[in-house]
Amino acid sequence: MSKKHYFDPEDLKKFGNIGEWQKPLADKFFSYYAEVFKEGALSEREKALIALAVAHTVQCPYCIDAYTSGCLEKGADEEQMMEAIHVAAAIRAGSSLVYGTQMMNHAKNLTM
Amino acid sequence: MGIHQKTKSLSSRHSALADTFFQLKVLNSKELTDMRFPLFSEKIKEAGFSDGRIKPTRIEIFQVNIGKLCNQTCSHCHVDAGPDKKEENMGREALEKCLEILAQYDIHTVDITGGAPEMNPNFRWFVEECRKLGKHVMDRCNLTIVVANKKYHDLPEFFAEHQVEVVSSLPHYSALRTDSQRGDGVFEDSMKAMQMLNAVGYGKEGTGLKLNLVYNPTGTFLPGNQASLEAEFKRQLKRKHDIDFNSLYAITNMPISRFLDYMIENGQYETYMQTLLEAFNPAAVAGVMCRNTISVSWDGYLYDCDFNQMLDLKVAGERTHINDFDLAALESRDIVLNQHCYGCTAGAGSSCGGQVA
Ligand code: SF4
Ligand code: SF4
Repeated sequence: MSKKHYFDPEDLKKFGNIGEWQKPLADKFFSYYAEVFKEGALSEREKALIALAVAHTVQCPYCIDAYTSGCLEKGADEEQMMEAIHVAAAIRAGSSLVYGTQMMNHAKNLTM
Repeated sequence: MGIHQKTKSLSSRHSALADTFFQLKVLNSKELTDMRFPLFSEKIKEAGFSDGRIKPTRIEIFQVNIGKLCNQTCSHCHVDAGPDKKEENMGREALEKCLEILAQYDIHTVDITGGAPEMNPNFRWFVEECRKLGKHVMDRCNLTIVVANKKYHDLPEFFAEHQVEVVSSLPHYSALRTDSQRGDGVFEDSMKAMQMLNAVGYGKEGTGLKLNLVYNPTGTFLPGNQASLEAEFKRQLKRKHDIDFNSLYAITNMPISRFLDYMIENGQYETYMQTLLEAFNPAAVAGVMCRNTISVSWDGYLYDCDFNQMLDLKVAGERTHINDFDLAALESRDIVLNQHCYGCTAGAGSSCGGQVA
């Protein structure tokens, strides 16, 4: 079976099928997953926004689609969703930039 | 400030969907789509309604749609209401007939809807008469009507004086989300109206004056957890606008009228029906609102609910008009079901009264 692209939105619907080749682990994963996203100390909306930010960090198109819908369903709006992504982006940028200190340390060792 | 109309009514656009028969054909896969969905009547057998029929429990709510005239033209409106609907509005005679029925039977609540029901010139008189009969009165108020014209500015006082429960649509605490469904400027005017309602005691503890909100998704997705949405609406409306309200009811968009049109235009109809079907919740069937409500149209016909009314699916049986209202017959009828009923059984279920499964 050859496809011209790696990601097909239709594949998201087949996520549940991962149990076909290893059911006990899949069952554990899905029940854990469902538990994680239930309203708790954090609201369902807050969890969906975190998931949306993480989805952008791991750059998973399935998760981005799923948590865009998820955030809207839980009552988030565009502004909150975009702010969540900026949080992800800021951590990404910061986590590169903070290594600048290592570069600076090493450069200082090497130079006069 | 004022509001900008979001769209035009299907009838003024001469859309094929203005014909309810055409809508039913789409819902039953005889027009525009080949995708087949199981019959709702078959599906509810899973919920223990083994003969595929739903019966009323008892008629407790008399819902009157007193007209399609509205100051807004929301993109999802199941009534196809708008400022152009000058004809389809209930006259004095039919309202008097409703009062006669209400006087005769022990139906405790009158739920007045539209359009913007307050635009009907008989509205205030009708509310007063219902109150004289000792009925609990609910008004489905779109909020913006309160600030639309000077003659409506005193509606909050009028509601308070008659202890009317105000039930208002507000799809979001964000202006962008709200206006994208209801028209530019609607959010701002809605906030003003809610502040005016708060000022006379609505939504405030200890006053007994109820201001409830109806949330519906601003797109082709399902509503989230009602309690969680209510908490977030309360927090945001208080924080940004110093507004209080009592409860929030999360309802699902029904795949009829202008929302159906919107979905077809945007290629979303089949996916949405699939979403409703996948979210089918057997536990929600027992709580559908048609079981304790009777819905009356501007011209006096009887329906199982406001949605059936807009699809012109009259109650089953011979007596389908207020002029030959027969409570006993109505309470033993079969509710007329069709494919749009999937909108009432998705997820926690969808009831304008706030009961969720
Ligand atoms: S949804 Fe309500 S406010 Fe909007 S057009 Fe319809 S009746 Fe009017
Ligand atoms: S659409 Fe009307 S008839 Fe159908 S289940 Fe809902 S309330 Fe009942």
